[in-house]
Amino acid sequence: MTEMIPTRDGFGKGLLELGGLNKDIVVLCADLTDSTRAGWFKEKFPSRFFEFGVAEQDMFGAAAGLALMGKIPFACTFGVFASGRAWDQIRVSIASMRLNVKIIGTHGGVAVGEDGATHQSNEEIALMRVLPNMTMVVPADAHEAKKATIQAALDIKGPVYIRLGRSPSPVISKESDVFKIGKANIVREGSDVTIIACGLMVHEGLLACDELAKQGIRAALINLHTPKPLDKETILAAARKTKAIVTAEEHLLFGGMGSAVAEFLSQNFPVPIKMVGIDDRFGESGKPAELFKALKLTSADIVKAAGEAIRMKS
Amino acid sequence: MKRPNIKDLKNKAVEIRKDILTMLAAAGSGHTGGSLSIVEILIALYYYKLRHNPKDPQWPDRDRFILSKGHAAPALYAVLSELGYFPKEELLTLRKYGSRLQGHPQKGLPGIEISSGSLGQGLSIANGIALAARMDSLPTRVYCLMGDGETNEGQVWEAAMTAAHYKLDNLCAMIDFNKLQIDGFCCDVKNMEPMNKKWEAFGWNTIEVNGHELPELMRALDKAGKTKGRPTVIICCTTKGKGVSFIENKAEWHGIAPKKEELERALKELSEGIC
Repeated sequence: MTEMIPTRDGFGKGLLELGGLNKDIVVLCADLTDSTRAGWFKEKFPSRFFEFGVAEQDMFGAAAGLALMGKIPFACTFGVFASGRAWDQIRVSIASMRLNVKIIGTHGGVAVGEDGATHQSNEEIALMRVLPNMTMVVPADAHEAKKATIQAALDIKGPVYIRLGRSPSPVISKESDVFKIGKANIVREGSDVTIIACGLMVHEGLLACDELAKQGIRAALINLHTPKPLDKETILAAARKTKAIVTAEEHLLFGGMGSAVAEFLSQNFPVPIKMVGIDDRFGESGKPAELFKALKLTSADIVKAAGEAIRMKS
Repeated sequence: MKRPNIKDLKNKAVEIRKDILTMLAAAGSGHTGGSLSIVEILIALYYYKLRHNPKDPQWPDRDRFILSKGHAAPALYAVLSELGYFPKEELLTLRKYGSRLQGHPQKGLPGIEISSGSLGQGLSIANGIALAARMDSLPTRVYCLMGDGETNEGQVWEAAMTAAHYKLDNLCAMIDFNKLQIDGFCCDVKNMEPMNKKWEAFGWNTIEVNGHELPELMRALDKAGKTKGRPTVIICCTTKGKGVSFIENKAEWHGIAPKKEELERALKELSEGIC
């Protein structure tokens, strides 16, 4: 039985660890302290925690100011509010100055479920990926979320956006596994088609690989946890090897991780690409599993896309 | 702090205004009205109040000046170059390709603390600086200059609440209250009056001054420095386009630069001290 832990919990643990490692770590929150798991840090390091109330734009601006003074701020809220509501603040006050602010968007994607369309950040990767200087990470499980959190603060001087989920999700990696922001992980080797997934879709990709194997198709699986900067080397090698790609993300098909892969491969090593994602619509209320099915974000959708991509090979 | 000679500073203001108009004319575009209205505010800050060092722009304990109304960059560039932050010749590169003097301020030019231009963002950044300075027990004070039209932005009021909530008495906001914005008089575009009562209601120590009178500005800045337990806002009543008769109080001069003939007339007026 696969262990189920929300990725936001991995972030909360990573943040706690960071708090002890570096006194410049400060945490900002906009009335979502417990939900984002920033509260764990607040409890242990209250003097380094700042509450902003329901005012995300102001919070990201203040994070910029703290970064200008040498602090390493983690500004935490739901993904819709971080990536959407405060987009211009992130663009001008943070990204344009390459300030060392870590942006935490929890409750990402349709997996937030019952809260419905306004709270489902299905545009998040696109909105952050277009910003120069931004690093965008979508951890696949709680272990990766913890590692991403720590690396974002200790290894990267500049803005990093980490997309996290609310609901418990399968733990697909081990604590001891190597994870490096910007370096994709090859989860499965294969020769017929490569599935490139991020976030919760990596687990769906694993299920798809098993199903494809039953059909005699050897599918590779890449966990592209960093949609920006893109690990071009790994993607190019996969395209060369399998000559067919399927991308899978809990995100709109516009501008997301799949688009990043397509932009790169179409110009460097064109191969058939099928993209699994949300097709030009807003979400709605429902259980995460119901929504994944309705919006065609399941392993079955990946299996179907893999078959199509293979058939498109000339 | 020792008070500089007011007459010298007034002469300085005339020279800064001439620099602003000359660089804008050379650029062929830019924001004239709102640059001319903040000259005395910048002089009171940079020649009297701010703890800064042009020879060491990154001095960690320095006071920070945040130009939130980034479109008034020409005024700040003129003052910074006069102080020696960068060569004065560079003023004529304003808005040109390859220049460090971008149309709106960009971090990287010595003396510029932040990139700005998307209105309403500076005060939040100033709050973050003030919080960090307090955490580290630095003597640093933060000054943030906003336009009156800029206060239409909701983020300004989010930041106003934050500063009061955290009792940021090392923060001083200043408003260039020139009563005009791009589309016309502020009271017609979006009436922010009573400006002073709004800030008071938000928990700020509120001071109103004539923003062209240096002694008033200096006294207000001193008062802000002595105020404990809450942030101070200095509402500076100014004239948009101050110093040039045909530019003063004209909304259309918000975002245009003087042409050659207009520049000559303006420089003559400034030399003669007509306005």
